[in-house]
Amino acid sequence: METTKHIFTLLALSVMALLLPLGAMAAVSSDEGEKQEGVDAQGIIFEHLGDGYGWEVPFNHHERIPLPVIVWGTDGLHVFSSSRVTHGDLWRDGNAEFRIAGKDSPYKGKVVEIVDGTEVKPSVDISITKNVCGVFIAVLLCVWCILSVARWHKTQGVKAPRRMVGAIEFVILFIYDGVIRPTLKEKAPRFAPYLLTVFFFILMMNLLGLIVIFPGGANLTGNIAVTLVLALLTFFITNLCATKHYWKEIFNPEVPWWLKWPLPIMPVIELFGIFTKPAALTVRLFANMMGGHMIVIVLTLLIFIFAFMGPVVTGATAVVSILFSVFMLCIDVLVSFIQAYVFTMLSTLFIALGQEEGHAEAHEAQPEA
Amino acid sequence: MELFTPDFGLVFWMFVSFAILFVILWRWGWPAIMKGVADRADLIDKGVEYAQNAKQQLDQAREEAEKHIAEARRQQAETLREAERMKTQIIDEARIAAQAEAKKVMDAARVSIEQDRKAAQQQFRNEVSTFALDIAQKVVRNQMKQDNAQQQLVNSLLDEMEKQN
Repeated sequence: METTKHIFTLLALSVMALLLPLGAMAAVSSDEGEKQEGVDAQGIIFEHLGDGYGWEVPFNHHERIPLPVIVWGTDGLHVFSSSRVTHGDLWRDGNAEFRIAGKDSPYKGKVVEIVDGTEVKPSVDISITKNVCGVFIAVLLCVWCILSVARWHKTQGVKAPRRMVGAIEFVILFIYDGVIRPTLKEKAPRFAPYLLTVFFFILMMNLLGLIVIFPGGANLTGNIAVTLVLALLTFFITNLCATKHYWKEIFNPEVPWWLKWPLPIMPVIELFGIFTKPAALTVRLFANMMGGHMIVIVLTLLIFIFAFMGPVVTGATAVVSILFSVFMLCIDVLVSFIQAYVFTMLSTLFIALGQEEGHAEAHEAQPEA
Repeated sequence: MELFTPDFGLVFWMFVSFAILFVILWRWGWPAIMKGVADRADLIDKGVEYAQNAKQQLDQAREEAEKHIAEARRQQAETLREAERMKTQIIDEARIAAQAEAKKVMDAARVSIEQDRKAAQQQFRNEVSTFALDIAQKVVRNQMKQDNAQQQLVNSLLDEMEKQN
């Protein structure tokens, strides 16, 4: 009975949404064709996916939450608020002049120093941009989440955790008992802190990316710099903690001799594999998360792209687009978890490969029983 | 395509942030959680073991109790039987004792009656002899009123004495 009522309400709302533009059409039809400006879809998409020196606020295209710009110009360090340069304004800080490069510049969207009338990219730009700020927020949330669980464990002892602590602990154990321990076996406690931190950090960044307004909205894991750092960390941990057997398998694998000499085919492939692993990690997470965001943005943009076709089409598109966007966002919540899980799983796997003991060594280590 | 070229500033801050996050969680986060979880798992294991032991002990105790109950029933029945037996025995004994007592009383009564009878007999005899003597005295006195009779008696007595000797 309840379900029928809900379906009916939904249908009624959809019909209303479809009919609303009809009323508007009568009013608009007179000055139709006056403005036939296309929508710069690509520009909007990349603006939303990209980084920025300020943080957008909803329903306002001019005001932004100012963030500090930190650049090393030609004459040293400069720190100033991003609100000084928001709309392409020129900002004079001491003797140096800065502004955000325009659309035609090769440094589009970046803070550049104006030296003798030409745009020069500062040698170091470690501004707290929207994404950096997003990373900080993710770090704070992670610390808060995990330390609250840790504090609970210290104060509440061995009681059964409930509510948020229980949920977070469930995820921790899901990763630790489901991924890390079965793969790394007795070496799990050594690498678990890194892997769990990576998992929660990625999960938090993914979920923050789905929230469209501050403190969310920064496309963090859909940014290649973020995923690159995480993948590089896994790369260094894998190779710096690797066993002798791991390196032997790379440079002198157990394959027929003609695969190693005179042409070292296998060693080259193996060596190549060392670097493809972090690359795969980087691109996988980046592409998946960026793709998810892009689909939602494109679905929303469809409304404005079809706007020139008249109110009826726009209304219909709006209903369909919003339904699909909501659906995609729901899937993205799932994807956020899955991507964090997969990144952690692959990292665990790569680290475990570096921890492998050879068959011969394993036999030596434990004499035949 | 700015999306595909990692920005140095972001890489730098990302690395710094992650390092800080890792150090904080590595120092204060994960060990406490892992220890807490392990402790709890141990406690649960111990609890389960304890519960199993307790159940086993309870089962044993129940078995034991049932055994005891059966034993008690058996003993009860035996005691009842014994009591029954003792009751009849006591009654029998009492009856025998009563009979013996009654016999004793009756014997005593009989003896006493016999004695009384004998005493009465004796007394009667004494009285009879007294009466007889009195009568004899009276008779003798009557007969001795005459001298020849006296003479006759002395003679007869002397005759008797002669015969005896």
